[in-house]
Amino acid sequence: MTYHNPPTTPRKSATFDDYALSEIRRAAHTGIYDIRGGGAKRRVPHFDDLLFLGASISRYPLEGYREKCTTSVTLGTRFAKKPIELKIPITIAGMSFGALSANAKEALGRGASIAGTSTTTGDGGMTPEERGQSKTLVYQYLPSRYGMNPDDLRKADAIEVVVGQGAKPGGGGMLLGQKISDRVAEMRNLPKGIDQRSACRHPDWTGPDDLEIKIQEIREITDWEKPIYVKIGGTRPYYDAALAVKAGADVIVLDGMQGGTAATQEVFIEHVGLPTLACIRPAVQALQDLGMHRKVQLIVSGGIRNGADVAKALALGADAVAIGIAALAALGDNDPAHEADYQALGTTAGAYDDWHEGKDPVGITTQDPELMSRLDPVRGGRRLANYLKVMALEVQTIARACGHNHIHNLEPEDLVALTVESAAMARVPLAGTSWIPGQGQGGF
Amino acid sequence: MNDGETLMRKVDLSVTPLRDLNQDLHRQSSGANEKNWEVLNPMGFHAIAVGVDAPIEIDIRGSVGYYCAGMNKQATITVHGSAGPGVAENMMSGKVRITGDASQYAGATGRGGLLVIDGNAASRCGVSMKGIDIVVKGNIGHMSAFMAQSGHLVVLGDAGDALGDSIYEAKLFVRGSVKSLGADCIEKEMRPEHHDELGKLLETAGVSDVKTSEFKRYGSARKLYSFNIDNADAY
Repeated sequence: MTYHNPPTTPRKSATFDDYALSEIRRAAHTGIYDIRGGGAKRRVPHFDDLLFLGASISRYPLEGYREKCTTSVTLGTRFAKKPIELKIPITIAGMSFGALSANAKEALGRGASIAGTSTTTGDGGMTPEERGQSKTLVYQYLPSRYGMNPDDLRKADAIEVVVGQGAKPGGGGMLLGQKISDRVAEMRNLPKGIDQRSACRHPDWTGPDDLEIKIQEIREITDWEKPIYVKIGGTRPYYDAALAVKAGADVIVLDGMQGGTAATQEVFIEHVGLPTLACIRPAVQALQDLGMHRKVQLIVSGGIRNGADVAKALALGADAVAIGIAALAALGDNDPAHEADYQALGTTAGAYDDWHEGKDPVGITTQDPELMSRLDPVRGGRRLANYLKVMALEVQTIARACGHNHIHNLEPEDLVALTVESAAMARVPLAGTSWIPGQGQGGF
Repeated sequence: MNDGETLMRKVDLSVTPLRDLNQDLHRQSSGANEKNWEVLNPMGFHAIAVGVDAPIEIDIRGSVGYYCAGMNKQATITVHGSAGPGVAENMMSGKVRITGDASQYAGATGRGGLLVIDGNAASRCGVSMKGIDIVVKGNIGHMSAFMAQSGHLVVLGDAGDALGDSIYEAKLFVRGSVKSLGADCIEKEMRPEHHDELGKLLETAGVSDVKTSEFKRYGSARKLYSFNIDNADAY
């Protein structure tokens, strides 16, 4: 009689999982790091780990649809002669013409204008389509200075000095050759078809003392009219926010690691920077310590998807939020309606992130005229406006439920956390307890 | 004063706030008759005469701080002294001249016009230049013309380390020695068209006592324009 040992179930390594092994094979085969768009895909503590308490006996709620709950926000009240007034606290983040098609940029401008909010240029300059369709346009001042000129600076409603972004704090931009069309090449003053690297540091200043002088120059050029934002990637939010205040910012834009990029290394996106949730309270603390909370406004971005996320960011102390990936989704990015096209590109709807290749079947992250024509900027703008308005209604719903007649009255006391990690990061109690982990330990 | 006669405006920065000077300069247009401006006591202030967009002449009597003549369009601006970092940054057109030395980032990201530095320029002169022409009569520091996209950088003296690192299509002409070349920057042949080009630049900058044959030309080897893993050691 033959005896067979009972077989064990084949077991895959938790460390060398399918994704890790596929990445090793890919690197060995191609000899280049993986480049992709979007933000961190790994699971990190996020707004989903927080809950609002709502009103009860100790607080009374406001009547939905009947009692007023204001959503307006004013940005740039510190120094600018002409601060920005927005109807809703949800702005469109900086995304470049080049990374996005002209139609996509136009759609973003249209949608933002209908909803009463601002949109933002990106690393590639200001296009007439975007300026023409954007009631309120923020002009980014980036290390590459592609397309930078004083005329566009003066056409802007606000200027955002970009120091970093959440997807790649410490990294520069990248626009690969396949997206460098004649128009993109001309705007950026570079040969057509080459891989473009944008610098990671500004060419004419380093450090907070220089930044202060740079901001002074921009204010002098624009006669002190425009709000000056400073955008930072989430790394050392307490100190960076404090230094931005010191340098003279009117507004701070703080971007966590779930915030998107048009293209950078996967290793950068997933392994550098802080989750958005971990950034907000240290930045607010810095503003409070300097007596500047609500005087220098804070815009938070990175992973904002719905009105609940907006409300939670505001409750933690932000004045407004910015959306990028979500805005592209509203235009149709990663829509399963295009599943066949995504399959042909070797991916699936919801996972498509090779935005740098310029083959976007929806016509958003491409410069291909045929693909671009698939996106109708008027319809796209309408969809974005609908989405923005829904989010604003959702924020109002939560704020009223918590008893607030302005969304800025949302506060940390309205929140609890579902996990120890999120409680520590958001500095709110773990649900059902009065315990806020990490308090009293100091340090950022 | 008769029609068509130009006025000379004198602005003393020990009395007049800088903000008033810049806003007055921004009010000038092509038809303005205040074409000649003299700025006294600049005292190293930052952002003097920035964002000017008119065919006027501005003489600054003394040394200036950061970003003098930043984003200049059309104006002819002369600093009778030395300039701090970022002089004529992102200049669009016009002419800026520094009679003394210039600190780091001179002409950074400039898109047009002519920047003439009679003395030396420090590090990163012409960084990310995008069409500006820069003529330095003395020496330039390290990392000059880093990521330079287009335009010309002419140096009558010597260049420091890593000249033209990661350069795109800008053209560099150096008369003296080059301590080292940066990644993807190489010496190139001086063909007749380059002698013509350089000769015109020197003439426009008011340089008449040197010959174009004394210069060497440097530019991009164009090997890093598209990523290749086997070039990784160059970065």
